[in-house]
Amino acid sequence: MKWNGWGYSDSRFLFNKKGQAEFTGKRYRLSGMIIPGLKDWMEGTFGASLQHKAPATPILNSTAVQPATINEAFVEEVKATTIPFSVEAEDRVFRAHGHCLHEIFALREGKIGRVPDMVVWPSCHSDVVKIVELASKHNVCLIPYGGGTSVSSALECPPEETRSIVSLDTSQMNRILWIDEKNLTAHVEAGIVGQDLERLLNESGYCTGHEPDSMEFSSLGGWVATRASGMKKNIYGNIEDLVVHVKMVTPRGVIEKSCQGPRMSTGPDVHHFIMGSEGTLGVVTEVTLKIRPMPEYQKYGSVVFPNFEQGVACLREVAKQVCAKSLSCFFWHALKPQVSSIFTSFLDGLKKFYITKFKGFDPNRLCVATLLFEGDREKVLQHEKQVYDIAAKFGGLAAGEDNGQRGYMLTFVIAYLRDLGMEYYVIGESFETSVPWDRVLDICRNVKARIIRECKDKGVQFPPLSTCRVTQTYDAGACVYFYFAFNYRGLSDPIHMFEQVEHAAREEILANGGSLSHHHGVGKLRKEWMRETVSDVGLGMLKSVKDYVDPNNIFGNRNLL
Amino acid sequence: MENKATYSHTDPMLKKRDEFEDMLEERRNSSDFRYALKCYTPVVYKNLTPCDANSLKSMVLQSDQLHYVISQVSKETGRTREDLQEEASGIIEEMAHRLQLSTVRFFAFALCKVFKTLFKSICVNEDGIQRLQQAIHEHPVVLLPSHRSYMDFLLMSYILYTYDIALPVIAAGMDFMGMKVVGEMLRMSGAFFIRRSFGGDKLYWAVFSEYVKTILKNGLAPVEFFLEGTRSRTSKSLTPKLGLLNIAIDPFLKGEVFDISLVPVSISYERILEESLYAREMLGVPKPKESTSGLFKARKVLSEDYGSIHVYFGQPVSVRQLAEGRVNRCQFSLTPRYIPMRPNEDVQTFVNDTAYRLVRAQEENMVLKPWVLLATILLQAEDLERGIPLEELTEQALWLRDLCRQYGGFLHWPDHMTPSEVISSSLSLHHGLVRLSEGNVYLALSGEAQSGPVSPEEQVLSRAVPVLSCVSYRNQALHVFVRPALLATAVHTSASNNKQDIFNTFSFLRNMFCNEFILCPNATVQDFEEACFLLVKTGVLQVSQQEMVVTPRGHRTMSFLSRLLLPFVQGYQVVCAFLCEKASDTLTEKEFVQAIRKFVIKQLLSGTLRYPEVLSSDLQKNAFAALLRLGAVHKVKSVDQTGLKINKVTVNSLEDTLGGKLPTPKASVARL
Repeated sequence: MKWNGWGYSDSRFLFNKKGQAEFTGKRYRLSGMIIPGLKDWMEGTFGASLQHKAPATPILNSTAVQPATINEAFVEEVKATTIPFSVEAEDRVFRAHGHCLHEIFALREGKIGRVPDMVVWPSCHSDVVKIVELASKHNVCLIPYGGGTSVSSALECPPEETRSIVSLDTSQMNRILWIDEKNLTAHVEAGIVGQDLERLLNESGYCTGHEPDSMEFSSLGGWVATRASGMKKNIYGNIEDLVVHVKMVTPRGVIEKSCQGPRMSTGPDVHHFIMGSEGTLGVVTEVTLKIRPMPEYQKYGSVVFPNFEQGVACLREVAKQVCAKSLSCFFWHALKPQVSSIFTSFLDGLKKFYITKFKGFDPNRLCVATLLFEGDREKVLQHEKQVYDIAAKFGGLAAGEDNGQRGYMLTFVIAYLRDLGMEYYVIGESFETSVPWDRVLDICRNVKARIIRECKDKGVQFPPLSTCRVTQTYDAGACVYFYFAFNYRGLSDPIHMFEQVEHAAREEILANGGSLSHHHGVGKLRKEWMRETVSDVGLGMLKSVKDYVDPNNIFGNRNLL
Repeated sequence: MENKATYSHTDPMLKKRDEFEDMLEERRNSSDFRYALKCYTPVVYKNLTPCDANSLKSMVLQSDQLHYVISQVSKETGRTREDLQEEASGIIEEMAHRLQLSTVRFFAFALCKVFKTLFKSICVNEDGIQRLQQAIHEHPVVLLPSHRSYMDFLLMSYILYTYDIALPVIAAGMDFMGMKVVGEMLRMSGAFFIRRSFGGDKLYWAVFSEYVKTILKNGLAPVEFFLEGTRSRTSKSLTPKLGLLNIAIDPFLKGEVFDISLVPVSISYERILEESLYAREMLGVPKPKESTSGLFKARKVLSEDYGSIHVYFGQPVSVRQLAEGRVNRCQFSLTPRYIPMRPNEDVQTFVNDTAYRLVRAQEENMVLKPWVLLATILLQAEDLERGIPLEELTEQALWLRDLCRQYGGFLHWPDHMTPSEVISSSLSLHHGLVRLSEGNVYLALSGEAQSGPVSPEEQVLSRAVPVLSCVSYRNQALHVFVRPALLATAVHTSASNNKQDIFNTFSFLRNMFCNEFILCPNATVQDFEEACFLLVKTGVLQVSQQEMVVTPRGHRTMSFLSRLLLPFVQGYQVVCAFLCEKASDTLTEKEFVQAIRKFVIKQLLSGTLRYPEVLSSDLQKNAFAALLRLGAVHKVKSVDQTGLKINKVTVNSLEDTLGGKLPTPKASVARL
């Protein structure tokens, strides 16, 4: 794993000696491939140039790391429990950040702020109980760490924290404890990483179907703590639909329900204090999840629309008619064609001619939807037809299975692109929201325009990339992703400026009826808006729970509230 | 004065304004015919999806908002939806524009000819045109011209056509439709017609607002309307009407567009076509109903010289910027946007402030001609009939010119001419209003010979006609002086030099006159400080921590300023006096206008009142509205008429306070 970028150390984009873009490694479908359009796109969109590099600090300089504040008594007692721990600089720095732009940018520049003073690796629920008890006893600050894929500054250590900060890494709690085939549930330790969970379940013929873009690295406990959402949620549901039972260790003790009943009317659901608590109340240790037999049949697909408006209208119609219960899954690209054409070949040869010349699509406005159908064969084919029929009514043209599958792959690879950009003075970020259907187009237009406007006002030399896509559909609305990137050459404090623009964009989202977050969470990055988001009373409710569960702020990451 | 440190004025003298170009000049040198047929390819809104007049209508008829309102109305009245849908189609047929380039070309041709005969020049700030073009490309645009003449909107379209700018659709009053052919012609040149009053008619409102919003949201064309609602007969800007502005701002507040640009346009006429028509109307001769034949009769005006027109396209104002930090747009995300909602208080205040701001922007860019200053001076003469000796007039005019410039007035004084040339050319352009004989300049009070025996009352009225015309020119400059004038009057009427006392009086006067002048609500302190700044800057007042004292050389300015306001002060006093002394308990709102006119005529005849301009029904109505607002008069509605209940104690004390006989009550708005 990279210490200052996304994903595996062997996988990255680079420009080879011939100046061609290439994706290294062997892990992905794209690995080892040359991507011809990428260079032109970088140059054309951002005004970036291969001559102007902004290289990262290659290795971590441990002298730049603040010495650890050690709570000796706590360490002594941890030693006695034989739970492994470390005070090595590298271990501590690795767990001091998520993947927000400012976090990665600082690492690349070799700047390191407050980091945890110690890392512990509990290997089971009872280890966690011991650690939390000791932390309470010695007044040590605990920050749970799962996959480290946060994009809400949730893992940043509060600079004002004076106590010893201990990062509680759940990665060793990664076993499936049992699978119940009668009830179709699995009981899993919370540190398990998404792809391992899916692989292990697959070996028994099952799956959860929860596939967030970060599933290669993010953990089950992290999903629960942030209310995660996956690409296939239309079929399988979001994390809150999948969870049957949760165990969480808090300074007050362990919270869990007494049975595994599929639904209960027992007052407000205490699971909802846990889901989205973002590590402020305790550590999720074990989760019972719904599972399903692996799908009999999978089919990818894709549709090209003449413009974003038609595409959204089609998605809305599909959400209405095929509805969430059905076994189909969509996600959606409204990226400029150049971007997706880098990876998908939907506009090659005859097809390109057909779409642009014969059908009269404007190549600068068209957009692509990628589809994935799952379930039994008959149903899949039936749904496929239904969806293509609806698409045709909105001017959509089927663009083939292959493009669908490539588009699907793109989701996992896109995060690597940012690291390439940063090598060449391009910084970027994505952020999301959820919004009612009738506001989707308005919010997309206004937020994109706001970004462009803010960049211009702040003196960004090159026009920024400001684009969006619809990634999830619901009965009552959709999840929208925004992508924002620009070339920062000539700016003295690009990160500060970037944050101002991102802030303005979030204000714009809220003013247009969008939510503070669909699934990334609040962390510290967005907590200034919590009060207006949930009202005074709502915030008071959450605070009083925190005050009861963790009066000494042992879980002191200061997220959310 | 806690915020003194943070408070600073930009000197109005330093206001930067664009240069003008005469657009008639080219017309005089090249073919009008070719001009009318010229290639017209305006810049349009960047996100425009073209849409013709018919699909616009069906977009409106099929809108969610209209469907919602139809089902509401259907529930309330029991009428069927089909029936209501039909009515809606009827409304939109009656309302919708049918903009056609050919008609515009025809008008362009005809107007060219007319304008060239009537006017010396039509001057336009071309930088403003460029800004407008840019604005139209970026965002939906609302054009907000001032309204002084019937000509305004044809003139606007004519200018925009000439400069190759997208033609606006224009909200016009239904009374134009009375003129059959012309009404349809106007429709084809972009006018859409709205009924003057449709208070409770939900369906009408829904069709109308959706029509305007659809045009704006899609950026189909700039939307043009008059903030003042109607032509100002007095050349003073009118209190803005908020209905259309509310509609126009709504798509922004609800996130349906990224931004909307509001462009104030100031149209100043050196001589107003309707000059004496307006004066007569103010004096009670009802305005003639608009008719085609009436328009032809107006042909006689063609033989006159009406000087020049100045059209100033102001800086586009971004609604987004104005709303920043003032309106929380989240409030609109809890209800479906097609459900019409009463704007909450924040939004109302915001729209109201925006409207005032725009009217002030119009005022600021109104071009003042030397004649405006001459009219101001002539009206202040000791004796209107004797007038003022020419040399004295010249001297005073030069003095006032400098004052006007110092206060930021947009004065077009031709500096290349000698003062006496300037004055004699002004006087000759307005030869109908003013006479020069034996070295004296005076108003042409006995101008029009009347046949048959004339009663003294009729004589008073007919002599008031030129006075009111003159007043309408003086009024053009009022916005420059009104704040200092209120302060000057406050200094004169206050019992002491105490600053707080003076502020109280200022605040009282300002409150009293806010139907009369454009004085933005909630800006009392700001206006006071602006007035102080100007008077201190020009060395008229000395302000210390506690006191405000007139400097020895400030007396001239002070007396000029308070005399400027005096007709209004006295006029309001007369209205008060009438209500206290003469009004019977059975007086109705309708009878008020007639009764007060009689009362004023008597006062004028008896010599207790000096100012014939008090006869202006505009002033009387404004005074009445102020008294209603202040709770001194109440309307009592009965079946067939609206009676008036007068609180004589309050009216009496207002009258005395205006006259300085009673100390002003503590300012309720704010302490200084």
